[in-house]
Amino acid sequence: MASGKEIRSQISSIKNTQKITSAMEMVAASKMKKAQDRMLASRPYSEKISRVIGHLAYAHSEFEHPYMKKMEKLDRVGIIIISSDRGLCGGLNTNLFRSVLTKIKEYQDSGVNVDICTIGKKATSFFKNFGLDIKATTSNLGDTPHFDDLLGTVKVMLDGYDAGDIQKLSVAYNKFENTMTQAPTVSQLIPMVAAEADGMDHHWDYIYEPEAEDVLNALLMRYIEALVYQGLVENIACEQSSRMIAMKSATDNAGDMVKDLELVYNKARQAAITQEISEIVSGAAAV
Amino acid sequence: MSTIHVDIVCATESLYSGDANCVFAPASTGEIGIYPKHMALLSTLKPGEVRVETDQGVDSIYVSGGIVEVQPNVVTIFSDTAIRAHDLDESKALESKQRAEEAMANADSGFDISSTQAALAESMAQLQMISKMRGKGK
Repeated sequence: MASGKEIRSQISSIKNTQKITSAMEMVAASKMKKAQDRMLASRPYSEKISRVIGHLAYAHSEFEHPYMKKMEKLDRVGIIIISSDRGLCGGLNTNLFRSVLTKIKEYQDSGVNVDICTIGKKATSFFKNFGLDIKATTSNLGDTPHFDDLLGTVKVMLDGYDAGDIQKLSVAYNKFENTMTQAPTVSQLIPMVAAEADGMDHHWDYIYEPEAEDVLNALLMRYIEALVYQGLVENIACEQSSRMIAMKSATDNAGDMVKDLELVYNKARQAAITQEISEIVSGAAAV
Repeated sequence: MSTIHVDIVCATESLYSGDANCVFAPASTGEIGIYPKHMALLSTLKPGEVRVETDQGVDSIYVSGGIVEVQPNVVTIFSDTAIRAHDLDESKALESKQRAEEAMANADSGFDISSTQAALAESMAQLQMISKMRGKGK
């Protein structure tokens, strides 16, 4: 059995760890609130722009944009993977990477190559060892990402699509459901999947100004960027809530360990005292 | 008088949402006025002022370019938050590519904690196996 002193130092080191984890929990909790607010604030934009895209799918436009056409042959796809920059957030990134890897495996089994693009340090360091082609990467976006930071990365993938290098582009991120659950999600960006119609199936079309092609280019570009941005802010909200929960359970576990060790320590102390007393008693009896 | 629903949004927040008598927006071909039951229209915007006229008065909102979608009873204005210029986007795309190349180049040489840990765990398991085998052999 470990001596009293050893146990005491173990207890104090666990207590120190506990202080750190509980501080991290509180920081994550306050950041989570802000991240959720940001996520909710950016929802109107992506919802509205999805609605317009939905309308567009039913407009009988004389110009068909390449992003809306389904490619017949599929031999290379692109995936944008959004992860956190920092760890200590439970299984958040691991779960996402696992579902992305399953997806990649599916593609590779059917003879389709995969190009990836990573946002966040964790994804970059995870996927660089897989022999996949990382086309672009962005990290250190912080807790308040700016729209501008994403443009370059998204543009690389869109250029790939325009040039015909990839025939499909998806984005993978953790979807925020509530504080306790985050769902790893892989959703297709282009070619676009038509949204549901809301009574717009009669024959109509927009008036485009200046030209259909220019307007559609601008609109679809913003649509894709908005979806990626929405994925990013959701992922940040997930990161904070997942970290909060991970740190909470770490703090609880540290508390349990301290309790157990204190029991062991007290037992050891009691045993030592008993032994001392019996030594004194037997010593006194011998005199 | 009939009204038209107006939503003005940018990527980070909703700037305006409500009913209006009419809306004026700085379309790239010149300012357009939108009244209820306007034809479906899709246009790019240049930086400028959007004026929303309601019974209470006129609200003025600045947009830094973007897109306007008009449906007979809804106007949606997407304001840009990012400053867009072709050259700027291009250079950002290049930067992003370079970072990816650097990360790929460092895949083997760079000190990577996770892969080192994996290798460590593997050799630990091997050592354990060897010591077990030895124990049996004796």
